[in-house]
Amino acid sequence: MIDALRNLSWILIFPGLVFTLAVGLLASWLVRKVSALVQYRVGPPVYQPMADVMKLMGKEVLIPQDAQRTVFMLAPLAGFSGVLLLSTMLWLVTARITYVGDIVVAIYLMVLPSLALILGSSASGSPHAAIGASREMKLVLGYELPLVLAFLVVIIKTADLVEPGQQLSLVAISQHTPVLSVSGLLAFVVALLCVQAKLGFVPFDIAESEAEVASGVMIEYSGALLAVWKLMQAMMLVALPLFLVVVFLGGIDLSGWSLLWGIGKYVLVLVLVILIKNTNPRVKIDQAMRFFWFYCGTPLAAAVILAMVGNYYGIAWL
Amino acid sequence: MDWKMWSLKKSVWVFHVNTGACNNCDIEIVNLLTPKFDVERFGIKLVGSPRHADALLVTGVVTRQAAKRLQEVYRQTAKPCVVFCMGACACGTGIFEGAYHVAGPVDNIIRQVDPNAIIVYVPGCPPKPQAMIMGVVKALSALQPEKEYAT
Repeated sequence: MIDALRNLSWILIFPGLVFTLAVGLLASWLVRKVSALVQYRVGPPVYQPMADVMKLMGKEVLIPQDAQRTVFMLAPLAGFSGVLLLSTMLWLVTARITYVGDIVVAIYLMVLPSLALILGSSASGSPHAAIGASREMKLVLGYELPLVLAFLVVIIKTADLVEPGQQLSLVAISQHTPVLSVSGLLAFVVALLCVQAKLGFVPFDIAESEAEVASGVMIEYSGALLAVWKLMQAMMLVALPLFLVVVFLGGIDLSGWSLLWGIGKYVLVLVLVILIKNTNPRVKIDQAMRFFWFYCGTPLAAAVILAMVGNYYGIAWL
Repeated sequence: MDWKMWSLKKSVWVFHVNTGACNNCDIEIVNLLTPKFDVERFGIKLVGSPRHADALLVTGVVTRQAAKRLQEVYRQTAKPCVVFCMGACACGTGIFEGAYHVAGPVDNIIRQVDPNAIIVYVPGCPPKPQAMIMGVVKALSALQPEKEYAT
């Protein structure tokens, strides 16, 4: 009973729903503020993302006549809960709480928001949303392969470093910094670009490009349902950079001054993502696929080979 | 002031509808997003779909082709929402008064769908960006809680 209550409070209060939402809204303010500063603007005030969500909660919810109502309304909740679990799990990993198989679970949970987006937009019965859904699907096909390969590099590099009795888990990985080697750096750069695509940021915002398909996947959503999507995106801004920090940059140490260094790593990844967002034009879907499969896949294959060679001969920097 | 009104005033998402304008007003609207005026400071943002919008920025005289589409867009907008008539053509019919292709000024067309619609007029050819910001401020102060809107 006590255990169940504790787990529930982990998911619902700290480090789950309440905490992640607060950090996520702050992070999405950071996205808009840094973008504004890049463009020599002043940018919105710090409460802006919260005001947006509150406003959407108070507005009318319109459901299109042709929509498949159940899927249309449940898809945002599915995506939201997926990101919620992912972020809770990652925060628990930074607190050294783990279980066997969390690597696979993390990969699964990271696909869930995109899947929910595809489901919701296909259920909305709008041609623009259908185009958005098809693009999102292709994008998922594009970036999942490099992301898993980049993860594989990290697993190869850290598999030998865990102690004999210990299982390889995210906690074990987060005690090493694979980015300090050649193959790890390659994998980190590619994973950063994959996270860019997962967040739906320029240059990979093909699925919800506002100019061509009018917000694409989200076009038919309004009111509270749109608010749930916005909250989901805000929470992804916490979970995905945190994932990169845990896997590549040595995680966040919760004790004393090193906590500040950990937060610095998270903000660094976030600002890198924002700067990529603001300095690139949107690519077409075929360009994105080619980019992920060839221009990211080839260096990653090289990185995997480098990591295996480095492991075999015991060269740490390879 | 309750939280609904507060958040609505702090975060106005705008959908831009061109019902037959000469592009002059449209350029001035885009000017609002530039570093000089930067309406994102006030939480005003252009969105791509009327379902996300809180305000419709209508530019141009409503042609007979555009009238039905404008009404449809108004019905699709999530309520409560505000309609802005930007420029002389949208407010009255401007220099096109009495022309064969004109269905009427924006307010007539919108009121056919929703008699209670909140409509704001920003005259000028084109109106200055400052005038547009002032129009937004006045419209927000006219918003009332608990009012019934037709859909």
